[in-house]
Amino acid sequence: MSSSTEWPLWEVFVRSRRGLSHTHAGSLHAPDAEMALRNARDLYTRRNEGVSIWVVPSTQITASSPDEKDSFFDPSADKPYRHPTFYDIPEGVKHL
Amino acid sequence: MTPTPVSPASPGAGPAPTTTEAPALHAAALALGDDALVLSHRLGEWAGHAPVLEEEVALANIALDLLGQARVLLSLAGDEDELAYLREERAFRNLQLVEQPNGDFAHTIARQLYFSVYQTLLYGQLADTDSLLAPLAAKAVKEVAYHQDHAEQWTLRLGDGTAESHERMRRGLDALWRFTGEMFQPVPGLDLDWQGMREQWTARVTEVIEKATLSVPEGPQSGAWTAGAGREGLHTESFGRMLAEMQHLHRSHPGASW
Amino acid sequence: MATAHQPPSTAPHHPAAGAADTAAPALESAFDAAVAADERIEPRDWMPDAYRATLVRQIAQHAHSEIIGMQPEANWITRAPSLRRKAILMAKVQDEAGHGLYLYSAAETLGASRDDLLDKLHSGRQKYSSIFNYPTLTWADVGAIGWLVDGAAITNQVPLCRCSYGPYARAMVRVCKEESFHQRQGYELLLALSRGTPAQHAMAQDAVDRWWWPSLMMFGPPDAESSHSEQSMIWKIKRHSNDELRQRFVDICVPQAESLGLTLPDPDLKWNEERGQHDFGAIDWSEFWSVLKGNGPCNEQRITQRRRAHEEGAWVREAAAAHAVKHSERKEATA
Repeated sequence: MSSSTEWPLWEVFVRSRRGLSHTHAGSLHAPDAEMALRNARDLYTRRNEGVSIWVVPSTQITASSPDEKDSFFDPSADKPYRHPTFYDIPEGVKHL
Repeated sequence: MTPTPVSPASPGAGPAPTTTEAPALHAAALALGDDALVLSHRLGEWAGHAPVLEEEVALANIALDLLGQARVLLSLAGDEDELAYLREERAFRNLQLVEQPNGDFAHTIARQLYFSVYQTLLYGQLADTDSLLAPLAAKAVKEVAYHQDHAEQWTLRLGDGTAESHERMRRGLDALWRFTGEMFQPVPGLDLDWQGMREQWTARVTEVIEKATLSVPEGPQSGAWTAGAGREGLHTESFGRMLAEMQHLHRSHPGASW
Repeated sequence: MATAHQPPSTAPHHPAAGAADTAAPALESAFDAAVAADERIEPRDWMPDAYRATLVRQIAQHAHSEIIGMQPEANWITRAPSLRRKAILMAKVQDEAGHGLYLYSAAETLGASRDDLLDKLHSGRQKYSSIFNYPTLTWADVGAIGWLVDGAAITNQVPLCRCSYGPYARAMVRVCKEESFHQRQGYELLLALSRGTPAQHAMAQDAVDRWWWPSLMMFGPPDAESSHSEQSMIWKIKRHSNDELRQRFVDICVPQAESLGLTLPDPDLKWNEERGQHDFGAIDWSEFWSVLKGNGPCNEQRITQRRRAHEEGAWVREAAAAHAVKHSERKEATA
């Protein structure tokens, strides 16, 4: 009675207002992309939370693996010179 | 029941209109407000029964939009709760189409398709007039365009889905077809191009139905009985029961506030 | 199965996952450290099988409660006595469907499938909150559910916004934000009745009399008898004990009842100066266990309606799925 007709899962991303990027809001089931967009509108923007929606089939998302977490993300932790606070600027210098 | 035309002063017409300076506007607000109120009620009956959870949310959204429209419109015609809860059946001016029971999901979608295309066209025209209802129409037209989209998407999927859904969609469209003619009887107080609306409605509904691999029903667009229809206060059997349920609590406590 | 949701490397029933449990104590200690440091666990992180299973069970039960919980209130949508109340009630019941969806969505990040969870609900293998096995007999019950049942739920749920599992915590943030209107509308509804006609006042008091004790049972059995509590506290799935939350709820409700002009049906309810809390009467746990086992007034009815809606909707879901297949085939054919 069930699994044969379970609709695929979609990930929903909502832009809450102009100027902001789309943020992951959650997921839902829908038979196709058009219905996924509409279901997302009904479910995730009932209270005026959005001005734009993306839906992506969950199977189409490739995610970094937590096993590779160290090699992926740790190397960027020791490059403080990428951040402006790394640099000493004499007091009184403006617009920098 | 005698098949004579019903005048507004017929027995059981309920409380008299409170606005006297604009009776035409009053009548128009009542007709459109009753459509929205009654259909909202029917859609509310789906709560907890929808075919999939996502559709619980979608149907409730539509019902809430319609209830919002009904409240604005009925408030233009008088006190919203007095009008909703204390009028007798004969005083309601909604189309017979919107009071039809939900049936299965395809039946509900057929009702949504017929009515939402009509409402989109009607509000679209009304928004461009200088009627006092124009501001309401301008806001509502965005809502009903979404209702129309919802109905069209589902008509396509059910019509062009499985053999069973195709058959159910066909039955829904056929069963409700004879209630569609009434939509284009001019409503007093609304100076609109009713003939043009009928043509556009037919074109759009035909396009959707055919895209859904179905055919436009062939029967007449109104019943054989000439007593009148919803706009004149004459309704179908199931409407009395719907009102009984809707009104009983309010009427059981006369004068109470909630 | 979804890449983002159930990565092969951490699949719950993947043979490798069990092996990893024993093979990688480093993973386990990293998990323990993250939980201890109040960090969030995310879907693709390694987690103990029992943690995953506990979460799936709890989130599913929570989701089921939301969707079964639609029924007692939907029972009054068609009879709501004013259009304002009708709009509020429809929006509230709709929110509950939405909350069910947020929660199923959170459970799916753990590798569960919604269809499978619904099957378990329909066949009685997973539970929902027993409170929804009580009937809504009058309009005032809608108010009592909002004030007491949603009030108890919020007391339970606010701490869950800090639950160790990220997707559950995020779903709860959304749910709690939306639920705040639910409780207020219930309170306002009861207030209107309490200050209304004598018949309305009596209706309100009757509803509070019937819903008070079942609401206290919503916090679960006393701490001494609660089977899942201890491990859940360590995992920070649960942050406060059942009795602690129940006490908090009673203390909140007493002054609210006074403002309503209604009494709570407990002769032993009184302020304890020494404890700085209210004492309250003994809860009839035999009723709780009996309702939980299926003997409540509405157990059968609720599940039957849910199952029927699901079964009667099968052809709709099949049709949309079939359409999607045809449509994508056609697209490919023309491409």
